[in-house]
Amino acid sequence: MGNFSDRGVKQSIDWKLVISYLLLIIIGWVNIYASIHSEGPASIFDFNFRCGKQFVWILTSFVLAAVILFVINPQFWESASLPMYLFVLGLLVVVIFVSKDVKGSHSWFEFGPVKFQPAEISKITTSLLLATLMSQTNYRITRFKDFLMTAIVIGVPMLVILAESETGSALVYAGFIFVMYREGFSGWWLFSIFLAILLFILTLTASPYVSLLVLIGVLMAIGVVCTGRMGVIGWVNLAALILFCLMPWILGKVTAPESFLARLKPIYILIGICVCALPYFLIKGYKDRRMHLTMSALGLIAGIALIFSTDFIFNNILQDHQRKRIEVLLGMKEDPAGVGYNVNQSMIAIGSGGLTGKGFLNGTQTTFGFVPEQSTDFIFCTVGEEWGFLGCFIVILLYVYLIWRIIVDAEKSREAFTRIYGYCVAACIFMHLFINIGMTIGLMPVIGIPLPLLSYGGSSLWAFTVLIFIFIALYRQEKKYY
Amino acid sequence: MTTEGNNRSRVMLIGLVVVAAILLGKLFYIQIIEDKYKINASNNSMVYDIIYPTRGIIYDRNGKIIVSNKVTYDILVTPKEVTPFDTLMLAATLDISPDFIRDKMAEYERNRKKIGYQSIVMLKQIKPETYMKFAELQYNFPGFRGQVRSIRDYPVNAGGNLLGYVSEVDQKYIEAHPDEYRPGDYAGKTGIEAAREKDLRGEKGYHIYLRNSRNQIERPYKDGEMDKEAVPGHDIVTTIDADLQQYGQQLMQNKVGSLVAIEPKTGEILSLVSSPGVDVSMLADISQHYNEIIKDPHKPMFNRAVQAPYPPGSVFKLVNGLIGLQEGTLNTEMAYPCNHGYHFGNHKLGCHGHRSPLKLEEAIMMSCNGFFCYVLKNILENRKYKNIDEALDKWHDYVQSFGFGRKLGSDFPAELGGTLPTSNLYNKRYGKGGWKFTTIISISIGQGEVGVTPLQIANLAATVANRGWYKIPHIVKASEGVEIEPQYYERQYTMVDTTNFKKVIKGMWRAVNNGPGTGCTAAIAEVKGLDICGKTGTAQNPRGADNSVFICFAPMDDPKIAVAAYVENAGFGATWAAPIASLLIEKYLNGETSRPELEKRVMDGNLMSRVKAY
Repeated sequence: MGNFSDRGVKQSIDWKLVISYLLLIIIGWVNIYASIHSEGPASIFDFNFRCGKQFVWILTSFVLAAVILFVINPQFWESASLPMYLFVLGLLVVVIFVSKDVKGSHSWFEFGPVKFQPAEISKITTSLLLATLMSQTNYRITRFKDFLMTAIVIGVPMLVILAESETGSALVYAGFIFVMYREGFSGWWLFSIFLAILLFILTLTASPYVSLLVLIGVLMAIGVVCTGRMGVIGWVNLAALILFCLMPWILGKVTAPESFLARLKPIYILIGICVCALPYFLIKGYKDRRMHLTMSALGLIAGIALIFSTDFIFNNILQDHQRKRIEVLLGMKEDPAGVGYNVNQSMIAIGSGGLTGKGFLNGTQTTFGFVPEQSTDFIFCTVGEEWGFLGCFIVILLYVYLIWRIIVDAEKSREAFTRIYGYCVAACIFMHLFINIGMTIGLMPVIGIPLPLLSYGGSSLWAFTVLIFIFIALYRQEKKYY
Repeated sequence: MTTEGNNRSRVMLIGLVVVAAILLGKLFYIQIIEDKYKINASNNSMVYDIIYPTRGIIYDRNGKIIVSNKVTYDILVTPKEVTPFDTLMLAATLDISPDFIRDKMAEYERNRKKIGYQSIVMLKQIKPETYMKFAELQYNFPGFRGQVRSIRDYPVNAGGNLLGYVSEVDQKYIEAHPDEYRPGDYAGKTGIEAAREKDLRGEKGYHIYLRNSRNQIERPYKDGEMDKEAVPGHDIVTTIDADLQQYGQQLMQNKVGSLVAIEPKTGEILSLVSSPGVDVSMLADISQHYNEIIKDPHKPMFNRAVQAPYPPGSVFKLVNGLIGLQEGTLNTEMAYPCNHGYHFGNHKLGCHGHRSPLKLEEAIMMSCNGFFCYVLKNILENRKYKNIDEALDKWHDYVQSFGFGRKLGSDFPAELGGTLPTSNLYNKRYGKGGWKFTTIISISIGQGEVGVTPLQIANLAATVANRGWYKIPHIVKASEGVEIEPQYYERQYTMVDTTNFKKVIKGMWRAVNNGPGTGCTAAIAEVKGLDICGKTGTAQNPRGADNSVFICFAPMDDPKIAVAAYVENAGFGATWAAPIASLLIEKYLNGETSRPELEKRVMDGNLMSRVKAY
């Protein structure tokens, strides 16, 4: 099956990708050793400790990479994507019922000493099936049927993983929206999602009123952008918006606390106006075929619904620990000993690193167990403490280079399958990178997912190796033949 | 598609760089600009060796120690430093079984990663003698060491509910007292220990050490310049009379209820017994006995003296009588008939047999129910007020001025206020205008919606003794370095004039001293020469036999002590409560009892079988 002819190994493989992959793995291994250093391993190869075990995972990953590059025909991935997807989906469901409860989640298969998480493999199979689906010649994401299929391929494993209580792994699947965007999915959707998250956070931290004002402001701005002019109505609208921004303050100033006006909450006035204006927008939008008017009106309805259900979602749908993590992240509650402990300790560890770090094995925070999960989810703390800002900079640069290179390669490839798969890989790595590092420095809530290639753990390392090397193999095949 | 795709790929590449820039920006901020995290990190690599202060000693009013400290030792192990040792020898030294040590060592081995270089408490609270033995042989056992710990010691059995206990703080407690406690600290949780926690606890000190990257302590930080020595807690002088308290405990043993004594002039609580209580032998290490205490059906942790809302029964007639006098609806010459009770419609509020009609003084002496029904009727149907609502609310204000229906404001933690009806309550229950005097007749005799704590009726006794005012009852006296709130020095006046109190006191004197066979209710409480004035009460208890109640003070003309005794399911006020209160007064004023048989009957009396468990 392997074919070493044509342009040969040296030219056909994207060695720059392989090298950045290798560098990240080695950085990870060294830092795992540093983080468990105080437990007293004899050397970095001591198999009784995580550093030695990671060495074994690394070696086996190389074997996997070699098999993918030189043994398996790259065409296999496209043809086998559906059965593999279904098989892994089956595993995802089965694991819920047979696994032990690990910190509330049911996601690990255990065979004696060997443990693995089907959620890790699921990223690969989902990416493959997504690439297969979206690379069909008659596929148009703007067509509802195709969009629905795409949503199902992404959504089903995501929901099953949510049912396993692995919120972090499920969140990674949200990254596939970038792939959809690349393949023609409307940018407005992306925009709407960010706006929804913004409104949710604003409603929680500021007030529903502020949130509603921001929503209206954004919709007005869109109107201006879409029509391309400000107009008299635009200026009037802007003035009205500013008036409403000042309204709570004005009402507080001019009226006695007990009067009717003071008891009239500004938010109800605003909503009253919105409700009156909506039919006008809907009818006018329909009659004049002005799409943006109709969409703005729908957006306003959805936005108001979101703002008013925020409290309900936050208090009734989210689980206790998730709510607490979000509260700590948004600074609504201080909790340095409880939920905030991890983040606080991890930020102390990273922050104490300074510009150049304390040096290899000299970290005090990470080695004494102040930081929990230090060799898995919080491995970045060791990097931050012992290698400082420069170390962090280099690691993040390597990741950015890796993702960048994958996207550029994907764009260069002629097969749609390779391109879409490449974007899937980039999206997965990106989501892991952002969520994990974001968590260690307090930008994201504490969501337990590993840092690709750096964190300790065979499951994760194998999964990312396979994910990346399938792409390298696909890309190599193209280079070989064209 | 391709150009569109290229555009979009460019958008995403830009997005990637932006996100990376955000991450790096935040990293730059916390690693280079913000100092907060570096300061925190240096805290983490310095070791604070906490030195715990000794807790203040608690004295009684006469300088007798009620609570002090004693020294015990904990045995600590640092598993990383342990070398193979003679298990049998260590076991013999510490008086424990070799298996215990083997189990512990196996447990540490299992958790070695979690433990790391930390030290762990292996054995708690060993005696100083045992520790001395261990100290001599310590060189045989590297990795093991002893640590001094001081625990509470109780030379006098003054009752667990009064003293309170000290135990390790939990998460909830730490959150309730931000910045004051850390896990592993101890704090007073109930009784005096909790009331004066701030004085008793003292201030922690610390020694700071630096540790190296193997978590071993290297040297004192800045040669100990920054160290802080512990400041011992303030001693506390209580108002309790230790001997009286102990005597009260004996009188109340094997009975459920409370016994409270107050010095009327000062409001100082002389003794406060809640029975059954936690035995002081359990207090020092209460966590060991916690399950046992919680399971006790009689709830020994429940401080009945300040928390249980009981119906006061007939002792409440004093309050109604005083209000009647003040309102002018009653005077000492009025006489009311009582034909085995007060009859209304087909109903009757019953009374015992005695001659009729009676005037106020004799009505108090004989505790006539019928008489006091008329008293309350006249108060509530007073023409001065628009309707019964207004009259009842006026009555409510009067009663409240005696310290009922609200917290007295004592320094005792967890004091409760009891219950007192208002027109609102009855309007809610029966509808406006749907009730009249006979609907609520039972409050004439201290039943129904009136709920009072034993502390409140003791305060009533003190108020009557003072002829119209009281000082808020309290348990801590001011002493060097310890101040008490100024309100404890202030007289709290009731809404009833002094002259009216004198009329009632005569009846109380006769209730005790009129001589047996004359119809007086508390002849059993009489002590020659002490001029005890008292009032019995027999309060209905829905769970079985009536509660026995008695309040009194003595001597009549210069009151030195006021007492309330409340014994659950003990029957008539005169059977148990009156002798208990009387013996307590006699002990306090005369030092010993002249009635050893009565004392023996009371102390031997076991009423526990009558009390239904909660």
